[in-house]
Amino acid sequence: MYRFTSHPILPPVEGKVVSFFFGDREYHGVEGEPLTSALIAQGIHVFGRHQKDHAPQGLFCANGQCSQCTVLADGLPVKGCMTPLRGGMRITPCVGYPKLPEENSGREVFSKVESLSLPCLIIGGGPAGLAAAAELGRAGIEGVLVDDRPALGGKLCLQTHKFFGSREACYAGRRGIHIAGLLEQEVEAIGRMHLWRNSPALGVFADKKVGILKDGKTYVLLEPEVLLVAAGAREKSLSFPGGDLPGIMGAGAFQTLVNRDRVLPGKRLFIVGGGNVGLIVAYHALQAGMEVVGLAEAAEVCGGYRVHEYKIRRLGVPIYTRHTILRAEGKDRVSRITVAALDERGGILSGSEKSFSVDTVLLALGLNPVNELYHAAKGYGMKVYAAGDAEEISEAGAAICGGRIQSVRIAGDFGQRVTEPSPWEGFLKDLKSKGKVKIEELSIPKDLQVYPVIRCDQEIPCNPCTEVCPVKGIRIGKGDLLGVPTFQGDRCTGCMKCVLVCPGLAITLVDQRGGDGKTCRVTLPWELPVEGLSVGKKVPTVDMKGNRIGEGTVKVVKAGTDSCRLITLEVPFEQREAVASIIPPAYRRVQEETTAGEKAGAVPEIVCRCERVTREEITALIRKGYRDMNSLKAALRVGMGACGGKTCEDLIKRLFREEGLDPAEISSFRQRPPLQEIPLGCLAGVGNIEETHAGTDPGKGTQA
Amino acid sequence: MSTRTFDVIVIGSGSVGMPTALFLSQAGLRTAVFEGYPSPGQGANKAAIGGVRATHSDAAKIILGSESLHFFRTWQETYGTSLGWKKGGYLFPVYREEDEKTLRDLLPFQRSYNLDIRWIEPKGVADLVPGIREEGLLGGTWSPDDGQVSPLLANDAMFRTAEKAGCSFFFNEAVREIISRNGKVEGVQSKSGRTIAGAVIVAAGAKARQVLSPLALEVPVFPEIHEAGITSPMADFLSPLVVDMRPGRDGKTANFYFGQNAEGAVLFCYTPRHPHQGLTREGTSEFLPIFARRLLDLLPRMKNALVRRTWAGHYPMTPDGLPVLGRAPGFSGLFLAVGMCGQGFMLGPGVGKTLLHLVTERITPEDEKVLRALNPSRRFSKEHAEVLA
Repeated sequence: MYRFTSHPILPPVEGKVVSFFFGDREYHGVEGEPLTSALIAQGIHVFGRHQKDHAPQGLFCANGQCSQCTVLADGLPVKGCMTPLRGGMRITPCVGYPKLPEENSGREVFSKVESLSLPCLIIGGGPAGLAAAAELGRAGIEGVLVDDRPALGGKLCLQTHKFFGSREACYAGRRGIHIAGLLEQEVEAIGRMHLWRNSPALGVFADKKVGILKDGKTYVLLEPEVLLVAAGAREKSLSFPGGDLPGIMGAGAFQTLVNRDRVLPGKRLFIVGGGNVGLIVAYHALQAGMEVVGLAEAAEVCGGYRVHEYKIRRLGVPIYTRHTILRAEGKDRVSRITVAALDERGGILSGSEKSFSVDTVLLALGLNPVNELYHAAKGYGMKVYAAGDAEEISEAGAAICGGRIQSVRIAGDFGQRVTEPSPWEGFLKDLKSKGKVKIEELSIPKDLQVYPVIRCDQEIPCNPCTEVCPVKGIRIGKGDLLGVPTFQGDRCTGCMKCVLVCPGLAITLVDQRGGDGKTCRVTLPWELPVEGLSVGKKVPTVDMKGNRIGEGTVKVVKAGTDSCRLITLEVPFEQREAVASIIPPAYRRVQEETTAGEKAGAVPEIVCRCERVTREEITALIRKGYRDMNSLKAALRVGMGACGGKTCEDLIKRLFREEGLDPAEISSFRQRPPLQEIPLGCLAGVGNIEETHAGTDPGKGTQA
Repeated sequence: MSTRTFDVIVIGSGSVGMPTALFLSQAGLRTAVFEGYPSPGQGANKAAIGGVRATHSDAAKIILGSESLHFFRTWQETYGTSLGWKKGGYLFPVYREEDEKTLRDLLPFQRSYNLDIRWIEPKGVADLVPGIREEGLLGGTWSPDDGQVSPLLANDAMFRTAEKAGCSFFFNEAVREIISRNGKVEGVQSKSGRTIAGAVIVAAGAKARQVLSPLALEVPVFPEIHEAGITSPMADFLSPLVVDMRPGRDGKTANFYFGQNAEGAVLFCYTPRHPHQGLTREGTSEFLPIFARRLLDLLPRMKNALVRRTWAGHYPMTPDGLPVLGRAPGFSGLFLAVGMCGQGFMLGPGVGKTLLHLVTERITPEDEKVLRALNPSRRFSKEHAEVLA
């Protein structure tokens, strides 16, 4: 069983246990959870075999985009990641092409596809869409917000960590899972905006209508006066030999499995990509009790915020900068990967190969906007806006702000008086700042008995610590958000609010009172399991970046706010300002296996996963003179699969670049509706379409 | 700006231009193809669903269709590559007596061209289309030698073969002007310069009128927009391409048709009753619900098939529903192969063969028949519109 029951942050899952069949065997799962989660919880990672070469097909996007997880549920081909488990369900692996069921149930009941006009339609119920819905509601504008998931909040629902940003503008200092709930409550409280959960937008058409699969089963056409596309982002991919093996998945897929469904895809994990997503997902894996074998980043330094990087460094995750993944091997599932260092020109440094035994690899290579509906709508002359990642990839805080800003503009379209510039504009500019300025010297308060040590060493747009301090002792130099906070008060009450609220876990509290001058008490925030951290226990201490300092004695372990715990240690006096955290007792350092010089067998490098087209095949045609994605499509079927080229387009363009061609000169795939496959029965309004096509309803609170 | 010289210039690399260019270059003619898109087959060719039949109701189209069918059917043995050929025939299921009469009346004429086409009873129809609505089914015609081909694979394969045969392709090079002097065509002008040739073939599909208008040559070719779609692939369950001739109760559709290709996907399309004209390729929200309703009325089991993608393409229509093929009136050295009325893909190789004969002046008696019927100077009369358009 690969389910976990306890988690330092997430509440326990409650759901009815039901039995189902996979092949001939009976298993148990949680009613309403996606089939893929139910199967992976049983250690089943292969859901089918590709018709072209019988290759194993496993979970890749967990987002209804790629169709790699297609299984037969009671005889119907469905995407396992989008289909809820029902008791008694018979799931069959999809081997080759699925069969169209023969049943002929006599005359069907057809209903006409409804077409509705409305003032405003918001596509996407993530941070941007929800914030916009709230503002539009406040402005008295009615409409519908559609989202393809049963729970609103978008990817916030998968985030157990606290967010940076502004307290006022975007609920900073709170966990993603909680922000999702707060935004939803904001929208619900105002009313006016109808929330259609589990209702994917399938396409925008030339007659300015948007096709929605309402409740996962009823096809409806909406004709909005104004459209706001807040559809978020999709993950970029990477191709490498063996990269298509089950067990290798997007970071978002992993977060969905672990943080939403509480299912572990394995035990030993490697992460490719050191941006914020890669760093955070490593931390999430550690929270869920997995071993993170390493993280590879192609650049000189990780691109994510330093505090995120420090979190995993302190927990001993090795970070291999200037490294890339070379290949993955395994039979039906990844069991070993090899990484290697990159030389100055980005080539592989021979002899630097390192291999690791793993069962899970996460690709965290950045995000691309999901903006095809925006561009289509614009092309058809609709009044359309984009917000959040669909407009520009950024943090959730910026998405919230961006959603509010666009809604002010939309209110203007409806003839409302608009204050220009919107008060949110200033926030947004700061929130989009990437934390470029880094500080190497920290300012530590002097002459105080009790004081916070603030290790914020990068200009992250973030201010919760300044807002929670009861004596307003924490201040930020530049403006309200940028600049680093320092303690400038003349006294500190030792209330711990700053320690608890800091999303970077970058604040500890030093309390010299009652000490003997040789030791001192330091309190630090803790978001991991507390097993083994009993009072009196001696634990190794580390500085902010994970360097070993010495030892401390656990004095107090107590619950703080927001599922964050506080651990008070007694440490040697002179180490009081250096100690940032501890190494938990259960932790063991990862050993790499060096396999330099070892010959690997030939493993194909799949670029188009849907149609199983290799790098070799594509490169050969580029060398023959193919200069158009469409001509590659005609010859090789790249981009003709279920995902429509959403995964491979970037990868193919990269191959053009490798051949010395400018990808900007290469015409792109054209995304045409529907954006997700839809049963013909739904389009005809057939009365008795099988329930299996309805979306997932995991039946779990994503709010605390 | 350079000047190049060829024997023949083909304008367009689609359903008609590509096979034409292939045959010309295989015959040893120095051939240049000009294409406005970045790669071949990006106009209506890729929008075709790939049905290929000889069983038309017009003699010229039967001749061209038979030639095309032979070409597609034998491609793999000749060249070794697959075009996704699937021999499942065309099936016209019949629910109305007037349709039965129309189809039955055509049989002797079609058979006179040695086509295998027969009337089959309802049971036979249901065997060929498992799950078809049997209530009211009167039977149908079936032509087992017809079939389906992938337009994408076919165009790509012909392109590669033509290149090997020495054909020159100029992509991203729309022809700006056909150069002529005293009624004699001398070549074309495109962005990279002037290209000289004694013969120019216009196979510009939906864009025929734009290409010809600088010559003040009016051809009655008006592109209509037809939408199509494809499902995700399924295990083979349907061998023929099915055409339901009835007009839809929706009031918006004439016939509709669908077939499962060699990859297992079902391709589908309907003929709009009041089609929009133009060069846009954007789909409307009407298409999927209307099509789904029509298909499920006929074949209810398709309710669980997943629609993967839709698109729109052009039917370059002529007033009488027949192609325009032959020498352009008033010009020597200018040949027209346009207005295929949505059947460019299935007629293309036949048209290409005829053009080869025309350009090299080796016309066969069959060609003569075709050229007479499809003569660009004919009177385009609606009364002669074809029964099985």
